[in-house]
Amino acid sequence: MKKILFIVLALSINISFIYSQERSLPNIEVKTLDGNSFNIQELENNNNPIVISFWATWCKPCKKELNNIAEVYEEWQEETGVKIIAISIDDTRSMSKVAPYVNSSDWEYEVYLDSNSDLKRAMGVSTVPHTFLLNGKGNIVWDHRGYIDGDEDELYEKIEELGK
Amino acid sequence: MKKNVIILGLLFSYLFTNGQDLGEIHGDFNLNMQSYLEDASINAVAADEVIRNNSYLNILFTRNNFTAGVRYESYLNALLDYDDDFKGNGIPYRFATYSTSGLEITAGNFYEQFGSGLIFRSYEEKGLGIDNAMDGIRLKYKIGNGINLKTFIAKSRTYFTYADGIFRGIDAEIDLNQAMNLTSKTKYILGGSFVSRYQQRSNPLFELPQNVGLYAGRLNLINGGWNYFGEYAYKINDPLNSIQQENVNYASGSAFTSSLTYSKKGFGITAEIHRADNMLLLSDRDRIGKAYILNYIPTLSKPHAYSLLALYPCATQAMGELGFQLDIFYKINKGTLLGGRYGTKLNFNVSRINGLNSGNSFLNDNQDHTPILISVIDEELYYSDINLEINKKLNKKVRYNLVVANQTYNKDFLEGKTPGEYGVINSTIGVLDISYKIKKGHSIRMELQTLMAKQLETASKKEEGDWVMGLAEYTISPNWFFAVQDMYNYGNEDVSKQLHYINLNVGFIKGANRFEIGYGKKREGIFCVGGVCKLVPSSNGLNFNITSSF
Repeated sequence: MKKILFIVLALSINISFIYSQERSLPNIEVKTLDGNSFNIQELENNNNPIVISFWATWCKPCKKELNNIAEVYEEWQEETGVKIIAISIDDTRSMSKVAPYVNSSDWEYEVYLDSNSDLKRAMGVSTVPHTFLLNGKGNIVWDHRGYIDGDEDELYEKIEELGK
Repeated sequence: MKKNVIILGLLFSYLFTNGQDLGEIHGDFNLNMQSYLEDASINAVAADEVIRNNSYLNILFTRNNFTAGVRYESYLNALLDYDDDFKGNGIPYRFATYSTSGLEITAGNFYEQFGSGLIFRSYEEKGLGIDNAMDGIRLKYKIGNGINLKTFIAKSRTYFTYADGIFRGIDAEIDLNQAMNLTSKTKYILGGSFVSRYQQRSNPLFELPQNVGLYAGRLNLINGGWNYFGEYAYKINDPLNSIQQENVNYASGSAFTSSLTYSKKGFGITAEIHRADNMLLLSDRDRIGKAYILNYIPTLSKPHAYSLLALYPCATQAMGELGFQLDIFYKINKGTLLGGRYGTKLNFNVSRINGLNSGNSFLNDNQDHTPILISVIDEELYYSDINLEINKKLNKKVRYNLVVANQTYNKDFLEGKTPGEYGVINSTIGVLDISYKIKKGHSIRMELQTLMAKQLETASKKEEGDWVMGLAEYTISPNWFFAVQDMYNYGNEDVSKQLHYINLNVGFIKGANRFEIGYGKKREGIFCVGGVCKLVPSSNGLNFNITSSF
């Protein structure tokens, strides 16, 4: 019995050591606003950081987050080269409002639709907003649940840290 | 024991032979705990267990094109707003999937949707207590350019077991521009799907179809800022609930949905219409309840996030309804009189849902009656909502959101009351939501809401009347939030029911972990997501939530 416990322990230490190295994007397809399929693993930004933000048209804090970032997005891009990806989890009920909302709000983000929550599930997102930061290699290095005013400052600090 | 040692040994050798390329393990965890105290003033009952709990742990393993996952669920015992059948612990969700050369194979549990969901949607909505995950085999195949096939054979989950019906489905989607190398500016996407449910004929009285087929066709046209989507669906006769009935109904069902949107910088518009007639697909023909519904016809009304705007929510009537909705989004440019320094955002929304002419086919099957395709005048109104939302940033510190709305809610029909009992409730609602930034990281947010309700004098029972609601929230980014809110039913004609529903909440967030503790009273009410609703009982107690992921 003790021997088995020892093996299990050794094994779990081993697993945690090796598995915790990197977290990459799952092999899941989402839709673009003009009807094309897009595999999220194909996201790229010339080795610059990427931010993925899960949102919905009915989610107030999500819209607040993305609207607040929209005001400083140009500056962020110039300073760090970051690209922001907004993944809408709106289902059939409100999916047709995504493009009108995004365009009328003048967002410069890349927007994708995840209408039956496949990507949301694969990335362990239980509530929106949920924001992920990817390094230049496309690995997730940081994530944050929810949004309160000022959270974009912390996100920007993390983006800047990647550039160092 | 020996077996275990051998398995572990094998795993060990696997570890060493594969070196670093081991794949990844991730997951997320969710805990919702609530205590229930007795509170006679709001009809809240105490739970025998004192504390109840719903928890979930998802674990996903991925390596190259292979993914496997499990979800452990624990209901000890389930929160009072969940169905009692969620009981105990288990692993009701497990799957393995891999893909190679355009073919993806899934064995075990999966979620899937065909088209807009009119004939089939398997999904989870934890807030509602819905999880109709399928269990079986699913194949997805990309045939060359722009052609996608999906097919499955599976049973549908209800609570910790599976419903009686066996489902078979196939869906094909063609992107004509890709498939035929069209250079047209307009994008054409065509789709078609078929779903069939097999359930053994067990009723001695009626000749019921053992295989019930549904099919649907859809079209999506996209050109620049324009986007049109339309889908039509049909279901063969499928008598429901035959065990308890003396007569069953052999009417067929149909539905369509259509939306047209246009948008450009600073402006967007969406116009939608849908109609459903006897179009409920159940995973067991003799069971009722949301846990058995396997198609998705969302209500055509705006999903409201503010409490008083969502006090009277609309539930979809899949057995018969006609709905319209229009949304206009407009941004007044900055630097103009109304736009101010940062611009002003407007969203106007109107929706209206009514019954079908003299009842739906389901009710009229024996009278050889077909309802008129599109009919609005002289129809029973189920729900209507007209509202305007104004979102504005005044300066670097202050931003506000203002909503005014007028809603009509046919309580007798939507809640299955006797006609004339409560009648139709008309409410006028105002919401003001202001955020103020005190200093870096520190913000305060206030909500003031009011609802004034009107009810017909002839109603035999009195509805709750007028409400006000106030909320104050203090947040310290990136870690803390504190909130206090009170909903006050000051307009209730029954003075003993002029109650305050006070709630206090504190939350701590750090990266991917979130903890929240709250105390307060909840009003009995209807909570809906996408037109699927549940009744939330009144409660008084403490709640504790954790969400976390790795």
